[in-house]
Amino acid sequence: MPQTHATSDAFEDDASEPTPPPAQAATTDALDDLLDQIDGSLQVNAAQFVRSFVQKGGQ
Amino acid sequence: MISSDIPAPLEVEASRRIFGLETEFGLHLDAPNARHVTPEEVAGHLFHSVVQWGRSSNVFLTNGSRLYIDVGAHPEYATAEADSISDLIALDKAGERIVQDLVVGGQQRLRMAGIDGIIHLYKNNTDSAGNSYGCHENYLVRRRADFAAFGSSLLPFLVSRQIVTGAGCVTRTPSGAHYSFSPRADHMWEGMSSATTRSRPMINTRDEPHANADLYRRLHVIVGDSTMAQPTTLLKVGATDLILRLAEARVAMPNLTLAREMHAIREIAHDVSGRATVERADGQTITGVELQEAYLEFVLTHIDGLIERTEEVEAIVDLWERGIAAVRSGDFSAVATELDWAIKHRLIERYQERLGCGMDDPRIARLELAFHDVSPELGLVRKLESAGLIKTVVAEERIVRAMGEPPASTRAHLRGAFVRAALESGRDFTVDWVHLKITGSQSRTVLLKDPFRNEDARVDVLIEALGADT
Repeated sequence: MPQTHATSDAFEDDASEPTPPPAQAATTDALDDLLDQIDGSLQVNAAQFVRSFVQKGGQ
Repeated sequence: MISSDIPAPLEVEASRRIFGLETEFGLHLDAPNARHVTPEEVAGHLFHSVVQWGRSSNVFLTNGSRLYIDVGAHPEYATAEADSISDLIALDKAGERIVQDLVVGGQQRLRMAGIDGIIHLYKNNTDSAGNSYGCHENYLVRRRADFAAFGSSLLPFLVSRQIVTGAGCVTRTPSGAHYSFSPRADHMWEGMSSATTRSRPMINTRDEPHANADLYRRLHVIVGDSTMAQPTTLLKVGATDLILRLAEARVAMPNLTLAREMHAIREIAHDVSGRATVERADGQTITGVELQEAYLEFVLTHIDGLIERTEEVEAIVDLWERGIAAVRSGDFSAVATELDWAIKHRLIERYQERLGCGMDDPRIARLELAFHDVSPELGLVRKLESAGLIKTVVAEERIVRAMGEPPASTRAHLRGAFVRAALESGRDFTVDWVHLKITGSQSRTVLLKDPFRNEDARVDVLIEALGADT
């Protein structure tokens, strides 16, 4: 396949592909960064941790 | 003896209102290897430093707010009187930090008692066994003879408000888990009554104005969720205030009376498509989205009329409009940095994608608790705010200041000044929402009946007396 074709196809593909709005991509990245940070501690005995939070009702 | 030279009530504009928020925090000791410790014991250790300086676990702070242990060993913080929503948000956020600041000392006390663990404080509304506790909103309203009708007319608004201001939650049922708008909705049992724990109403009618009872009444709304994101609190209190302004101006409310309010609040809570229909008193049906659209429309027609257009009012109706549109379209992204239920939904959805798990996975429940944890390290909201994933309404400096200082323009200013001076003097004193007194002194009790009055010669005399008569 001629090299020129491939280049121009790739260019066209890039141009026509709907790129996600940068803000949304940045949001997902920031969210993932945060989840990366907390993931370890959230996974430790999650079920037991949650179950142990019991209090009487209030108002 | 109560001082009799009480100044006449100030004349205030109809649009001026006193707001307050009372938050009961969930208290959780994570100590898997320790002996069983009751929540009462944990609360006792948590409040040890408070009792040290305040000689009680029920105190008023220099910012004019009240801190105490409520029914069920819930630490509770009631904001001082705010006459603007931004002051209210600053005080509310300050409260999260004030209770969190007790944690280190509480953990130390627990260690001395042989219990090694971490105390978590959650600004949420249910524990893992389904017990509920509240976030109560207080709106000072002008006294009127038809309070019952006035309150009833607000119920369809309060039933449906959750589609924009709900905290969002995963509801776990024997047949699976789904996402709902409001954790509090399932714990409401009637429209209006004077009960709180026995049978929780949406509006509590206990007549405690903490103000001149000839002029004022307190509208005590207990149906709302505790809200984490500042814009959610802005909308929760702001939209309610705008509706109240019109109701107080005797504008007829949209006639949307619901046939079965308790059924309706649950139906609306459990369908985040906003399409669940509920029955009206006239036999027709309506959705939560349509109810909120009707109230928003009602408010919009009075902006530039009865409602003065301010930046804050514009921000409230803009977020309200976008929140309803998000529910209607099913695309939550337009409010996913502002409204609690949408912020949490995005967080849960992303975490589920990463873990490849169902919504009923315990790690999702663990994530939900972390969302409501008020710790800057263990909780998520401060981190999300720093990352620009949750918007804020008030500046950080204002929250820090509100931890020690009351709003300048209300009665809280007088209470805060008195508490500060009394603490500095080392004298014993007694304070509540309407009284200031130096214990065992010749000076008289000062009765502060006007929540709008921020200057009072009697308080000046009392503060002087703190330094003088011993």
